Formats: sequence, structure tokens, C-alpha cells
Amino acid sequence: MSFRRISAMFLRHIYLYRHSFTRLLEIVYWPLLDLLLWGFVSVYITKLTSQGQTAPNFLAIFLGALILWDILFRSQQGISVSFLEEVWARNFLNLFVSPLTISEYLVSLMLVSLFKVAVVFLVSSLLAWLLYSFNLFIIGLHLLPFMINLIIMGWSIGLLTTAFILRFGQQAEVLAWGIAVLFQPVSAVFYPVSVLPHFLQVIARYVPASYVFEGMRAVIMGQSFPTGYLARAMILNLIYLVLVLLFFFRMFKAVRVKGLLVHMGE
Amino acid sequence: MRPESSPVLEVNKLSKSFNSFQAVKEVSFELYRGEILGLLGPNGAGKTTIIHMLLGLTLPTSGDIKIFGLNPARSRQREKILSRMNFSSTYVAMPYSLKVKESLMVFARLYGVKKPRQKIEILIERFDLKESANKAVRTLSSGQMTRLNLAKAFINDPEILLLDEPTASLDPDIADRTRNYLVEIKRTRNMAILYTSHNMKEMEAISDHLLFLHHGEIIGRGTPQEVVRQFRGEDLEDVFLKIAREVEV
Repeated sequence: MSFRRISAMFLRHIYLYRHSFTRLLEIVYWPLLDLLLWGFVSVYITKLTSQGQTAPNFLAIFLGALILWDILFRSQQGISVSFLEEVWARNFLNLFVSPLTISEYLVSLMLVSLFKVAVVFLVSSLLAWLLYSFNLFIIGLHLLPFMINLIIMGWSIGLLTTAFILRFGQQAEVLAWGIAVLFQPVSAVFYPVSVLPHFLQVIARYVPASYVFEGMRAVIMGQSFPTGYLARAMILNLIYLVLVLLFFFRMFKAVRVKGLLVHMGE
Repeated sequence: MRPESSPVLEVNKLSKSFNSFQAVKEVSFELYRGEILGLLGPNGAGKTTIIHMLLGLTLPTSGDIKIFGLNPARSRQREKILSRMNFSSTYVAMPYSLKVKESLMVFARLYGVKKPRQKIEILIERFDLKESANKAVRTLSSGQMTRLNLAKAFINDPEILLLDEPTASLDPDIADRTRNYLVEIKRTRNMAILYTSHNMKEMEAISDHLLFLHHGEIIGRGTPQEVVRQFRGEDLEDVFLKIAREVEV
């Protein structure tokens, strides 16, 4: 064993962190998000037990939330990871010297995203039924508007991530894996929005997914279908999607002006 | 003598700046059908930036580009232009996880090729890819990857072909066959080819006309013989070394 060689390899990684803010951020990012998420879940459960309320069907609430959250996550990944596939393969230029337009490319990414969502949804629903006798379809037809909203939010996050990768190159790649999770604590996936501190509740009001998960819990708990929640989610989603698309096209033009498109995947 | 017909590609006072660095300075040239135009110059001379502007990947700071009379900086016109031209570079790869045939099928669809299977078979034969046709792209050697890229570049029978160092990683045999193929196809299909290479012998052998670039400017142009005479060199390699070293000194 040579300490010199071990220290050389240690130094190699320290250099990497010194030159990459995103890698440095990652060290605190994931533990912080885990702490926030599971902290609020614990607060939710503690509140219920201390107030002597009847415990809701946690199995349905948690599994349903998990499966629906995965729809948002896969929808985002369907855009940003599919885009990264071309960057990793150094195939990006070949695509953009063909008659393929950027709009056609984005639509193709959305189709890939829908395909991924469909497969993940079917597999996880089936496994939840087989392993835990949980039938997600108890939500009934309401499931469809929930899913549509989550898919659109996933697209917005995916397109935003892709725009940043286009502009800042592969060092922004980490966003493809981490940015959706940033929205998880304020999406109230596993607990109601009321559990959050006031300032996070204000933020949650502007996160479409928070209305979807509140709605899902209401339906599972046998309450009436929250049409108002879904309408708010849809309006926010459409506004964000339009804004993100405008941002993406603006970024794409800026990248062509700066000549950065040709460096994708280098 | 260059053809009397109108050029398929016209570049007029094209410039590109990246912040304070001027990569291309007021470059003007034309490319005609049935012609191989060689772009040569040391690294950083602006060759690749010019090709990227012709493809609409990078937007010019000033100047005009007309390809088939259309402007590649405008998205609708770019789409029409790109369906009639193609590009290959040693520095660009193909989708790693796909098989060679699958990769070509994707591009055949992107270019709207009629009878794509038949076309792919012809290209596989032409570029000596028969043994690797059903292999994943990631398993190809750099030479096979270059040949696959060239096969992709011919998938739509382009009228204009832009080639950025296409023979850089080919063995001498395949490189020679590729050059012969380019010369033959230029003649039989009246194709216009813009070509960059660091192989001066190759440039001398296949180019009808040359543009010599240095620090983003055209410092010499003409047939290979004319360029050699212009710089009082023994051959193109001698001219290249003279320019690269003289200016550095």
C-alpha cells in the first residue's frame, strides 16, 4: 500500500469538487431534502396520534402517493435523460444537422416520456396490487386528471433542466437527477400541505403537484372529488409549460449565437 | 476554371465573434456542383466554425450565407436546406446503444428516405460495414465509426456534403477507398463537397479548389497548384508548415 498513491487519488477527487459547484452542492443537497421530507412525514404522523384522530389508510396514501410521484419523476426523466442520451452518445450534432426541427425534437421527447410513464405506472400498480393488495384504481376515473397534471409538471421540469444543460453543458447534468426532488417537500406528496411551515405552504400553493396529492388523499379518504384543486393545478401547469417553452427556445437561440450547441457531448 | 453555372452555396463577408475573439473574419466563397472545395488551415483557423455556420448550428455575427438560394439561419429555410445536404465529422458519433442498422434506420426516417432498407444495405456494402451491421455502435472501432458516419452522410443522396476531417481515423486502405468514392460520386452525381482535412496530400489529390484559412481569414485560394505557387512552396504540406510556423514566429 502506498500512501502517496492513495493521497493522489484523494487529491484527484478534491480537485473535482473544487472545480465543480454542482458536485459540491450535491454533498448537502440530498441529505437536506431527505431530512425535510421525512421530517414532515414524522410531523404529520405525530400530529395525528397526539390529537387522537383516526389514522387514515396509510398504506393507500403512501403507496398511491409513491406511484403518482413516480409519474411526475419519470415524465421529467423522459425529457431530460432522453436528451442526455444524445449528449453522452455524441450524437447531438448528427440530429441537428438533419431536417429535424427543435419543436419536432421536443415532441419526440414528450412521446418518450409518455411511454416511460405508461410502463412505470403499469408495473408499479401491478406490483402494489400483488405485494400489498393495494388497488390504485380505487381512485377511479379521477386518476386520469391527476396523472395528466403530474405529467405536464414533469415535462416543465424536464424542459427547464434541458435548457440549463444546453446552456451550461454537462456540468448541469446533475439537475436531471435532482431538480424534480427539490419540489417533493412542497408538493405535499406524503402529508397534507397544512403540515408545512407557513412560508412553505405559500410556496406549495404555486406547485401544481401539491393540489394533485391533496386531491388524491381526499379521494382515498372518501371525500368528494376536489374539482377546484384540479382546476388550479391545470391552470398553473399550463402557465409554467408556456413559460418554460419560451425560456427553452430563447436559450436554444442563445446557445446557437454563442456556438455552444456544437460542444454538446464533447 | 470553375463551372459557369450558379453556385449551390454562397458565402458573403461571413464573420463570427465569440465575445472579443474573432473566429471568422469577412470570409467569402462559393461552392459549385461537381466540385470539391477544400478548407485548410492550422487548428483554430476557423474551418469548423464556418462549417457549423453553414449547417445553422452556430449563428453568424455578420455576413450572408445562401444555400440553394435559402438562408440556413432561418428555421423554415434551414429545414429545406438540410434535407438536401449532409454532414460527417470524425468528432461526432452515432447512438451508442443502437445497432449499426438501427442507427441508419433512424437517420433514414429523419431524412425521409424512400425504400430505407434497400438504401441501408447499399451503404453498408459501400462503406465496408457488413460484418458490423448487427453490432452495437459502442463496439465499433474508431475506423468503423467513421465509416458509419460517412454512411449516414450519404443516406439522403445529398446534393451538398460537408465533411470535417472524414478520413482522420481511417487506415490508409479505407481512407484511399473513401477518397476514390468521393471523387467518383462527385463526378457521377454532380455533388458539391466541402472538405476539411489535415492530410495535405489528400487535400492536394482530391480538391478542385482550396481556401487557405489562418486566424479566421482567407489568406490563399485557388487550385492546389495555384495555392502552392502563391506561397512559393514545394507542395501543400510545405505551404502549410510555412504559414503555421512563420506566423507563430
